[in-house]
Amino acid sequence: MGISEALWVQALAYIGAGLCIGFGAISVALGEGYAAGKAGEALGKNPSMNGPILKNMLIGQAVAESAGIFALVVSMMLIFLDTEGSKLLQGFAYLGAGLSMGLSATGSGLGSGFPAAECCQGIADNPPTQGNLATNMLIGSALCQTPSIFGMVVAFMLMFLDMEGLALWPHWAAYTGAGLCMGLAAIGSGLGSGIPAGTCVRGIARQPGAMAGLRTNMLVGSAVTQTPAIFGMVVAFLLLFMDWTDVPPWPAWAGLIGAALSTGMAAIGPGLGNGLTAGEACSSIARTPETQGPVTTTMLIGQTVAQSTTIYGFLVSLVLLFVPVAPSEALDAWVKLLAAGLCMGFGALGPGLGVGLAAAYTVTRIGRDASQSKLLTRVMLVSQAVAESTGIYALIIALLLLFVV
Amino acid sequence: MAIEGAQLVRAAAFMAAGLCMGIGAIGPAVGEGFAAGKALEAMGKNPKEAGLLTRTMLVGQAVTESTGIYSLVVALLLLFVV
Repeated sequence: MGISEALWVQALAYIGAGLCIGFGAISVALGEGYAAGKAGEALGKNPSMNGPILKNMLIGQAVAESAGIFALVVSMMLIFLDTEGSKLLQGFAYLGAGLSMGLSATGSGLGSGFPAAECCQGIADNPPTQGNLATNMLIGSALCQTPSIFGMVVAFMLMFLDMEGLALWPHWAAYTGAGLCMGLAAIGSGLGSGIPAGTCVRGIARQPGAMAGLRTNMLVGSAVTQTPAIFGMVVAFLLLFMDWTDVPPWPAWAGLIGAALSTGMAAIGPGLGNGLTAGEACSSIARTPETQGPVTTTMLIGQTVAQSTTIYGFLVSLVLLFVPVAPSEALDAWVKLLAAGLCMGFGALGPGLGVGLAAAYTVTRIGRDASQSKLLTRVMLVSQAVAESTGIYALIIALLLLFVV
Repeated sequence: MAIEGAQLVRAAAFMAAGLCMGIGAIGPAVGEGFAAGKALEAMGKNPKEAGLLTRTMLVGQAVTESTGIYSLVVALLLLFVV
């Protein structure tokens, strides 16, 4: 076949560009649509506030749009790259760049839609608070955008990395994997951070006096929600910058992809679960501001437990990245590395979400009656331990795949 | 490289074990979390019944866990028996 390497690079860059803006457009549109819908509802309730509602809807949508614009910029760059004389490896890095940016925008857009929607509602319900509502909406939406910015940073690194003289195997897996890992890991955090941002804004409209406490809780809760995305970024950087020249290409490439999938997918559930917990904590504080102490404490305990499956995913990734493998081209040698990553990645989705759900209900109840916080926190931990169990099974199967069979 | 039949079967079993445990772990955990959440909500409303509620929650979660355990059993069978 007379197809030059440069043409393959161009083809891969185009696929990356398509995936990038395709994935990136989904949630941005959903978030903006949600904000617009809620703005319409708010106008129906209080038509006299139409000016401020429209203004804040547009500001909120503009922030939500930024993830889509990042994706558009990255795909434009991928389309118009100069691929003349480049090696095939470059193409896989471009594919990774598209995946990183596209997938990471999938959470942020919808996440930013929540505070924008609640801001419009709040202005209709309590017009004098509109200044505070807009400020907090912007803080909350900005936090939601962070994961997509991580995705953009990794995408740019992949596009401009110097890969002169590196072999195609196993580096293609490291570069595509870095993009995949960052993109997947950003989904849960971007979406999750939107939930406390939304409930915080709603809470300020209901209880303007509790603003300081609400904002603190939102910031603390969102910061924890961002952690899974940071784990994803760490693994992406390890994949990008570690030296893979001395590892046996077979089966190491499967280990690299497995490491990317393990942390990337494992970050989705905990990110969302943490967001649910932080969201309910903000609602509780808005209802009864004096319960802030116990509510924030239990929120943090619950979020920590929900985080544990991301850490299992990270652990499996580190094993895949750092434990040397014997060179082997046998089918079972590489399939088991890939299977271990997939197992831990999928296995962490449910527990992260379930454990977060248990914590969310707990903080709601503590908000209603803080005197029960000890009993409820204790039972929450027991129930979380049970909900965690399937994540531990997945960890066991992944470790068995890696070390026993 | 030539792939032998036995190798193919072994590789398929590994991949199946990974996917089986991974995907099988999603549902039970979300379900258990929901059961835990609702039990905690009830406990907050009526703390005197905490013992009864915890017991019921754990029984319910044990049942919910079953499909996760089936996945574990099938994954272990795939790894070590077949």
